Amino acid sequence: MGKTAAEKIVSAHVHEEVKTGDFVIADVDLAMIHDTTGPIAIKAFEEYGRKRVWNPSKMVIVLDHATPSPNERISNLHTLLRRFASSQGIPLFDAGEGVCHQLVVEQGLVAPGGLAVGADSHTCTYGALNVFAFGIGSTDMSGVMLTGKLWLRVPGTMKVEFRGAMPEGTCAKDLMLHLIGKIGSDGADYLALSFCGETVRGMSLSERMTLSNMAIECGAKAGLMEADEKTFAHLKALGGPVPRPLWDDDDADFASQVAIDASAIPPQVSRPHSVDSVVPVTEVTGTEIHQAYIGTCTNGRLEDLRIAARVLAGRRISGNCRLSVCPPSRKVLKEALAEGIIAQLVEAGATLLPPGCGPCPGTHLGVPGDGEKVISTANRNFKGRMGNNKAEIYLASPATCAASALEGKIADPRKYLRS
Amino acid sequence: MESILKGRVHKFGDNINTDYIIAGKYTKTLDFATLAEHVFEDIAPGFAKKVLPGDIVAAGRNFGCGSSREQAPIAIKHAGIGAILAKSYARIFFRNAINQGIPAFLCDTGEIEEGDSLLVDLEKNVVELPDRGKIIPLSPLSPVMLDILREGGLVAYLKKNGTYLLSR
Repeated sequence: MGKTAAEKIVSAHVHEEVKTGDFVIADVDLAMIHDTTGPIAIKAFEEYGRKRVWNPSKMVIVLDHATPSPNERISNLHTLLRRFASSQGIPLFDAGEGVCHQLVVEQGLVAPGGLAVGADSHTCTYGALNVFAFGIGSTDMSGVMLTGKLWLRVPGTMKVEFRGAMPEGTCAKDLMLHLIGKIGSDGADYLALSFCGETVRGMSLSERMTLSNMAIECGAKAGLMEADEKTFAHLKALGGPVPRPLWDDDDADFASQVAIDASAIPPQVSRPHSVDSVVPVTEVTGTEIHQAYIGTCTNGRLEDLRIAARVLAGRRISGNCRLSVCPPSRKVLKEALAEGIIAQLVEAGATLLPPGCGPCPGTHLGVPGDGEKVISTANRNFKGRMGNNKAEIYLASPATCAASALEGKIADPRKYLRS
Repeated sequence: MESILKGRVHKFGDNINTDYIIAGKYTKTLDFATLAEHVFEDIAPGFAKKVLPGDIVAAGRNFGCGSSREQAPIAIKHAGIGAILAKSYARIFFRNAINQGIPAFLCDTGEIEEGDSLLVDLEKNVVELPDRGKIIPLSPLSPVMLDILREGGLVAYLKKNGTYLLSR
């Protein structure tokens, strides 16, 4: 019997062979905290009475959830994080540098075969680089800060295969929304997803990150992919940790297997207030919207902004709809500026927001009004998610969000991409 | 931890996410009393005012899905909730609740109703609904979670042990 990638990566961090269902204590290669979860982790860490974290070079602190600070209370939490980083010698990315998950990947802080934890549920994003990465709470993080280790149960694996080429107008986001709609918001609880198939192999790293990012939206602990030449090309330029790629054996014992024909999936939309309430865009076209949002760790990268600009360039958004665009990092912002994408988006009527997370979890900027409908490239549409429990949130790809901003209604992006 | 927990039930459905337990806009604080004031605000307005110390939350499947924010179990704890019962938990929330020292157990909550008086007996590993003569078995916690809970949470556990202890 072969082993899954999850079993192999965890085994490498436990220093003995482990299998699905085992309870183990694993070494952690990277631990990330940010301005929502970090202060509580630091408060808990200080209770241990230990002066130093286990290894400051294996930690990173990112200020991204409410940046630049909107009020003095949050400013003081930022100060607490800066002081802790400085006194411990932990690298810190300050306000405006970008969203934690984008930065961890961009800066090459993780490598294939690694084990990373973050005090943020979308830490599973790094699975796109073959990293066994998952979100934990602040107190678990305080334990990592103390010991460099974490107890965990080795998860079973759901193999998810995407076959075929995505049709024009369909994005990685659409495939992931389709999967979540199919298996439900707890369809992969306590499992790792292993994404595979020709569609995934054909994807860029950015598209793969969109899939892995949303693994948590069906309850998965991780969203793993096989490392390949694209992964290594990305890492080579950065010189991070040594890659030790590991992948599923064909004869591993998978908990379940799902195969999806990507060529048959049109643009998808997730309806309020649950991510797994997914329909083809054609079922909701014409639904009035008041705000569109393009950004986040799911879908704000250069390729996402590029396809949004393809839809929006030379056109003007509806007078009944606002559009906010938030690149997930300074690097993406600079590249989008250099390509002229930002100019195209702004000329089309978009408001540019500073790199960060704020609007997505309702912690800063872009809060919708009562009764308003939002279409967003983010990963969650729970009631109240963007800061107002009387608003409704639809989730879609950057292309669909851009097309919807043009019409002030949910719109099928395909007609704007044909030229 | 007491071996018998008694309380009045507040019933919730499936897929109650951590945004519903505490909205993102309230998470930016170390003043945990303010978190408790807004617990369940978006799905059960006025909840914080109704809670009596020791009350019990009984929920359906996938309780605590979504964000890793530990402010969610912290808000529940500081609101005075004495225990949580659910058919299943999202993984991160389950750990966070136990790490906060909140008795969080798995059982079939289908027959538990809003306002029920309920008793969790940790000696017998059952939930009792005395008014209706019903007894519901509890699924056992993993040994490591039980150890952490018995110490009152992860900070106390690590202060005592210095590291994680697993018997495999």
